[in-house]
Amino acid sequence: METIEVILEGLPTLLRGMGVTIEITVISLILAMFIGLILGVFSITKSKILRGFSMAFVDIIRGTPLLVQILFIYFGLPSVIDIDLTAFSAGVIAITVNAAAYLVEIFRAGINSIDKGQMEAGRTIGFSYAQTMRLIILPQAIKRMIPAIVNQFIVSIKDTSLLSAIGLAELTLSGQSIYAANYRAFEILFAVGVLYFVIIYSLSLFARWLERRLDVA
Amino acid sequence: MKMIEVQNLKKSFGKLEVLKDINIDVQSQEVVCVIGPSGSGKSTLLRCMNLLEEPTGGDILIEGDNLTAPKININELRQRMGMVFQQFNLFPHMTVMENITLGPKKLKGKTKSEANELGTQLLDKVGLVDKAEVYPDNLSGGQKQRVAIARALAMEPHIMLFDEPTSALDPEMVGEVLQVMKDLAEEGMMMIIVTHEMGFAKEVADRVIFMDEGFIVEQGTPDELFNHSQNERTQVFLSKVL
Ligand SMILES: Nc1ncnc2c1ncn2[C@@H]1O[C@H](COP(=O)(O)OP(=O)(O)OP(=O)(O)O)[C@@H](O)[C@H]1O
Ligand SMILES: [Mg+2]
Repeated sequence: METIEVILEGLPTLLRGMGVTIEITVISLILAMFIGLILGVFSITKSKILRGFSMAFVDIIRGTPLLVQILFIYFGLPSVIDIDLTAFSAGVIAITVNAAAYLVEIFRAGINSIDKGQMEAGRTIGFSYAQTMRLIILPQAIKRMIPAIVNQFIVSIKDTSLLSAIGLAELTLSGQSIYAANYRAFEILFAVGVLYFVIIYSLSLFARWLERRLDVA
Repeated sequence: MKMIEVQNLKKSFGKLEVLKDINIDVQSQEVVCVIGPSGSGKSTLLRCMNLLEEPTGGDILIEGDNLTAPKININELRQRMGMVFQQFNLFPHMTVMENITLGPKKLKGKTKSEANELGTQLLDKVGLVDKAEVYPDNLSGGQKQRVAIARALAMEPHIMLFDEPTSALDPEMVGEVLQVMKDLAEEGMMMIIVTHEMGFAKEVADRVIFMDEGFIVEQGTPDELFNHSQNERTQVFLSKVL
């Protein structure tokens, strides 16, 4: 068979895998943004307990390999507690938790980079801490954080390929299943790479557009 | 009427005692200038008055409400006190008009058009109506500080606190900011102003407070303090700055 034919024949399966990869990335990153933001704010509050909790979370997640976390959630947890996780939900949890840990640090650094006078000015007008964060600090901080957040998104997209280890039919595993049958690893893995690139490059273009738009404001 | 009463105020940062037993009463409509050497605690005193710094001891009453009472609604209380900073602290992601109207819209329930009307009035007062749609980065220092004053006034405060409002300005811009403050004083606004502008203090203050090393060393009318001080520390300080 010609290279092109091999790829075309595998394409429907690969696109289905790509759909799973995108789905899991989108869900996980939305959740991770929430968790990262909340824990990021925790990490700069006065409360030692909240700060400690946030720091412990970050240290543990960053200090262990993602593959181990994935295996732990999918195989480890159900063996001690009574839960039945699909590979998909285990994947969402793993990617969410992992991305959140890195986002906490991005949020913390981003918020800290805003001049202290901004918080003081907000509080002096009569805004609460939360209002000042929402109306004054975060709009400025998030703009500065966009490149780092996008970078983490890109890393997380690639990280989803590790979910092939628990049998989730995302893009990488879809590729593996095709060349296991037709022995055309070169063509199939090339196609897999191109599809990842398409996802990631689109995200980069979107981020550049977003940054330009925010720059105008 | 007593607008502010400070009683036995103490403030320490760790082991460093910055304010040591401060007592002040300020009446409505009074303009008080606070002077003193760097590090004497002037900013800390001002910042304690709206709880940007938490006092270590003593009481501060704002229009009769004790700031350090556990149940105090600090956000409501701060709305009654405007504060102007040396570094302006305008919100760089908002236009001049948005800077001014954010508080009235979000905290006082004003509609956008009500808030904009108020904003235009205030910009007129500080001479910057034509800058309403400009971002702070495109303003000169003097213009920024006048916007900051307008922003504070937008909350219709009863008290205005100024912490060295002209110290970060090029000399040629000091006058325009002081003029806005003079106008406010003439309207009867109660103001506490930390300043190095002795000429301004002489002209506008009802009372001048001289602070040194965390104490109020001396206070009185500008004439009493600048021309007839008997205190050696006051005299040494004034001889350096006048
Ligand atoms: N947040 C803080 N933590 C530790 N020390 C502080 C803090 N804020 C002020 N200080 C110290 O308290 C002392 C008084 O500071 P303050 O800013 O009140 O002085 P000031 O009279 O306003 O001086 P300046 O004229 O330079 O503005 C200084 O020694 C300063 O270093
Ligand atoms: Mg100061």
